[in-house]
Amino acid sequence: MRDFYGTKLANGLMLGTAQYPSPAILAEAFQRSGASVATVSLRRESGTDRAGQDFWTLIRDLGVRVLPNTAGCHSVKEAVTTAHMAREVFATKWIKLEVIGEADTLQPDVFGLVEAARILVEDGFQVFPYTTEDLVVADRLLNAGCQVLMPWGAPIGSGMGLNNLFGLRALRAHFPDTPLVIDAGLGLPSQAAQAMELGFDAVLLNTAVARAGDPAQMAEAFAAAIRAGQLAARADPMEPRDMAAPSTPVIGKAFLS
Amino acid sequence: MVEITIIGAGVVGLCIARELRDRGAHVQLYDRGGAPGSHSCSWWAGGMLAPYCEAESAAPEVLRLGGDAASWWQHNTGLVQQKGSLVLSQHRDQGQLRQFARRTSHFDHVDRTQIAELEPDLGDRFSAGLFFPSEAHICPRATLTSLHQSLLADGVDFTQGERDPANSAKSGLTIDCRGYVARDVLSDLRGVKGEMMMLSCPDVSLSRTLRLLHPRIPLYLVPRGNGIFMVGATMIESSASRHVTARSLLEMLSAAYAISPAFGEAEVLETGVDTRPAFADNLPRIQRHGNLIQVNGFYRHGYLLAPAFARRVGNMIFGTNQQEVPHEHSA
Repeated sequence: MRDFYGTKLANGLMLGTAQYPSPAILAEAFQRSGASVATVSLRRESGTDRAGQDFWTLIRDLGVRVLPNTAGCHSVKEAVTTAHMAREVFATKWIKLEVIGEADTLQPDVFGLVEAARILVEDGFQVFPYTTEDLVVADRLLNAGCQVLMPWGAPIGSGMGLNNLFGLRALRAHFPDTPLVIDAGLGLPSQAAQAMELGFDAVLLNTAVARAGDPAQMAEAFAAAIRAGQLAARADPMEPRDMAAPSTPVIGKAFLS
Repeated sequence: MVEITIIGAGVVGLCIARELRDRGAHVQLYDRGGAPGSHSCSWWAGGMLAPYCEAESAAPEVLRLGGDAASWWQHNTGLVQQKGSLVLSQHRDQGQLRQFARRTSHFDHVDRTQIAELEPDLGDRFSAGLFFPSEAHICPRATLTSLHQSLLADGVDFTQGERDPANSAKSGLTIDCRGYVARDVLSDLRGVKGEMMMLSCPDVSLSRTLRLLHPRIPLYLVPRGNGIFMVGATMIESSASRHVTARSLLEMLSAAYAISPAFGEAEVLETGVDTRPAFADNLPRIQRHGNLIQVNGFYRHGYLLAPAFARRVGNMIFGTNQQEVPHEHSA
């Protein structure tokens, strides 16, 4: 498995911490899934006077690696400020970098993303950029010093799964040594399995689990699907073909009419 | 006569005072403000008595314990508006409505015509909704004030000032109902920030709580009568409580505008912000240490759950056989 800035993760599930019915159910979702990373978004207002401290303590108590997130930032300046705040709060160099470019689809502003990534890498951050499947943008992000890429599957919270299979396959093929994480848009475990079968290293999701009727059970389902997809990818799947190929030979079989 | 000190005159302290007074206790109530007011988070609440809607995301206990709340409030204040709740979504969010329906009960599906019959001022803007006929709402400020007045009339003493629960417990039975202020002694209590606003819009007439489902900003609107509406409430994992943010204001105004564009002409009377006290499971707790009883963690369910918890506190102090709970006989 490819490592993330030198860290090997126990599994490919990165789980968000927003929108759960309660922190107790959030903790249960982490226990049942064994997710290896918790993403947490900071609001700037919660950073003043450390007003978010009660919740951050709950996140730290999960006992998993924390990946702070600049969710909801619409400009380079906002994202950089939030990243610095996150580093102070969670004492980690890891930052999931989101620079939102469009309000309805929440799709990344890839120009701002590359600029913010360059600034944060120079500041010593280890950046996990939320990007599209665009190869040129991916290349720019790697040049800016990112060592992980997080392309979207579909718009955040939409649950539509992997929207552009061709683009995601191309990304995997072009950057065979870069850890790639599908970030956002997944609604079902089968979609997570598909991402892993394509050779992605992890998936990051939140809404699909948090807004399920039983979040902990859905988290477990995703963990199982990710494991299945990963095993399948390592097992070298067969190539599909358009002609039937019976698994038992026909010749020599007793068939009578 | 049993002497009991209650600290905190928010919705929890007042409900417990009412319950204990009804069972014959002599109650002394201490409060920072001396009376219910803007220093307690229940002053800023929506006042929805909507156990079936809350079941969409709340633990089953909320439905079980909140079912009697409306009759308790009606018995003790007479101010309950039993008009039901109407849950709506915009056309592109119909999936949210289907999901809400799967996770709740005791509602009727309503179509465009039925919605317009229930709330004529919505016109034909919404094509589908869910109507929960047995739900109710109250005006928190009028309700707290009414409870305060009736307690005063029944000889409950209200004293303005801080009082340390641990010290108070040395001299007698003490109930700590201070909400998030009790964070200093309840280390697992957390603050969940809520923001609300009051709008005056005489052009719009609505008679019941409207909940607008939205994937990013689910909000509700509660009519307070005379063209005044409460819009709330954000849920932010933060204990800050100074001012409403611009983002939250935008979200609340957008929700009101989506319900009816006539809200574009509304006057903003007031904005409010405070901190809901919550434990990790978002359910209230009663904890007893000798003479000290701590009742806290009501999260967004103060008015819905305080009556049931007041009864539990009464049972804890007097035993369950002391007296039948009076509100169950009222209709």
